[in-house]
Amino acid sequence: MEYFIQQLINGLTLGGVYALIALGYTMVYGVIQLINFAHGEFFAAGGYMGVIVLSYFAGLGYMETHPVFCLTASFALSMAFCAYLAIGVEKIAYKPLRKESRLAALLSALGMSIFLSNGLMLTQGVYDKAYPSELFQGGLSFGLVTVSYLQMLIVCLTGALLVGLNILVFKTKIGMAMRATAQDKTMSALVSISSNRIISLTFAIGAGLAAAAGIMVGLYYGSVRYDMGFVPGIKAFAAAVLGGIGNITGAMVGGLIIGMVEIFGAGYLSGEYKDVFAFIILIAVLYFKPTGIMGENIDDTRV
Amino acid sequence: MSAEPILELRNVHSGYGTIKALKGVSLKVYPGEVVAIIGANGAGKSTTLMTICGIIAAEKGEVLYDGKKINKVSPEKLPIKGLCQVPEGRRIFPRLSVEENLILGAFHRKDQEGINKDIEYMYSLFPILGERCKQHGGTLSGGEQQMLAIARALMTQPKVLLLDEPSLGLAPIIIQQIFDIIKDINEKNGTTILLVEQNANLALQAATRGYVLETGEITLEDKADALLHNPEIRKAYLGE
Repeated sequence: MEYFIQQLINGLTLGGVYALIALGYTMVYGVIQLINFAHGEFFAAGGYMGVIVLSYFAGLGYMETHPVFCLTASFALSMAFCAYLAIGVEKIAYKPLRKESRLAALLSALGMSIFLSNGLMLTQGVYDKAYPSELFQGGLSFGLVTVSYLQMLIVCLTGALLVGLNILVFKTKIGMAMRATAQDKTMSALVSISSNRIISLTFAIGAGLAAAAGIMVGLYYGSVRYDMGFVPGIKAFAAAVLGGIGNITGAMVGGLIIGMVEIFGAGYLSGEYKDVFAFIILIAVLYFKPTGIMGENIDDTRV
Repeated sequence: MSAEPILELRNVHSGYGTIKALKGVSLKVYPGEVVAIIGANGAGKSTTLMTICGIIAAEKGEVLYDGKKINKVSPEKLPIKGLCQVPEGRRIFPRLSVEENLILGAFHRKDQEGINKDIEYMYSLFPILGERCKQHGGTLSGGEQQMLAIARALMTQPKVLLLDEPSLGLAPIIIQQIFDIIKDINEKNGTTILLVEQNANLALQAATRGYVLETGEITLEDKADALLHNPEIRKAYLGE
């Protein structure tokens, strides 16, 4: 039983991270029907930006004296950096192809992914980069179940980001404009909504969330690597498809399911095959219910 | 009729790729007028409105609004200047509520109080929309959607309202209602209206002047009354 609860907490942590990344895929798809294969790279770039900022503060000795400030700054800077990076990527690689076939933009996205990943490798090196480890030693024990402080932070922060996103998309005027743009771009223009600005905003939000996830993963596993975006990126994509691509709530649910399945699969079946479970789900969804859990049926939660 | 047209097209050509839909359309709309463009299916009526709004780029010629050339102005800037369109098929945002559709009509406006007041005004103008304010736009009937589309356009506070086939697919009694409202908007608010219709009889009764559009060209222009009594028009468009 303790083992089960422990895995549940681990699954929640990982699932939250996948959900954050999956949102970027699903929101961009909702607005411009593009699978942004470069999205995993925003996650990796976010992880790197986090380690750069945190290491800088650690070098100054601020980590011991002002840990909250250091963390906040690293998240804020990294998310802002990736948001602008994503806006730039969209303008360079996708916007010129918006009127072309969808395949053209898809190929451009693949190219962008390789370009960004190589850019990270060339600027940051091929070896793992370690996160400063002073933070988050220890945790709380409940009998045999241990929840580390870091897991608590990840779960709480993920929850806060997901709630914040929901409020933005479903309660604000700009969120309304995002949903309108996803539904009908011509009509949106006729009521003075600039689709270019909404598309930029969508990329920025998606990449910001992925950047936050990148720092969390960096903190959790203790290091980042230039190609770290690839596998989580595809798993988060699987999560977005599982939830129903284009559906925000779906991406959150899908991320949690993929995280849980991966952790429980690794825990109860085989750790060696942990990466396989997400893809089994992806294939099964595409085969049996391509619209995903929430696709088409509960469509009011689409972007 | 004041001297300067508020909206003018000068020899406008436009189309879709290699298909030329407009081949030199010129027309003028003066402030306070209701102008009708009548014509058969595929004559280029909707293209004319979409070209005015900048959704389709004019390849040649000029579109002038309020004396200024607007060919190169991006479409989302035009509602801010008071030029607004209710497009063909109404294009309600299907998965936004009625209220959200109205709020987006006022997307560029900052006067929150005025917006709230206008929404209430729309509900008094179209009580059915008030009853359905939390419902998704896509769940409304055709007539209700047309009312919502007009109300959404009014939320932009237009000086010139372009209406594309407001009668399309509606029951006669609803059509009469819609046209009464259009007349009201023109008379009470002084909003200039450019109306595109296949139903020539209806359009010319509501309009002060009319243009006849045939395969991308204006073939006739006259007072609405005169067009209504023109034997050729009666034969070609009024089924006599």
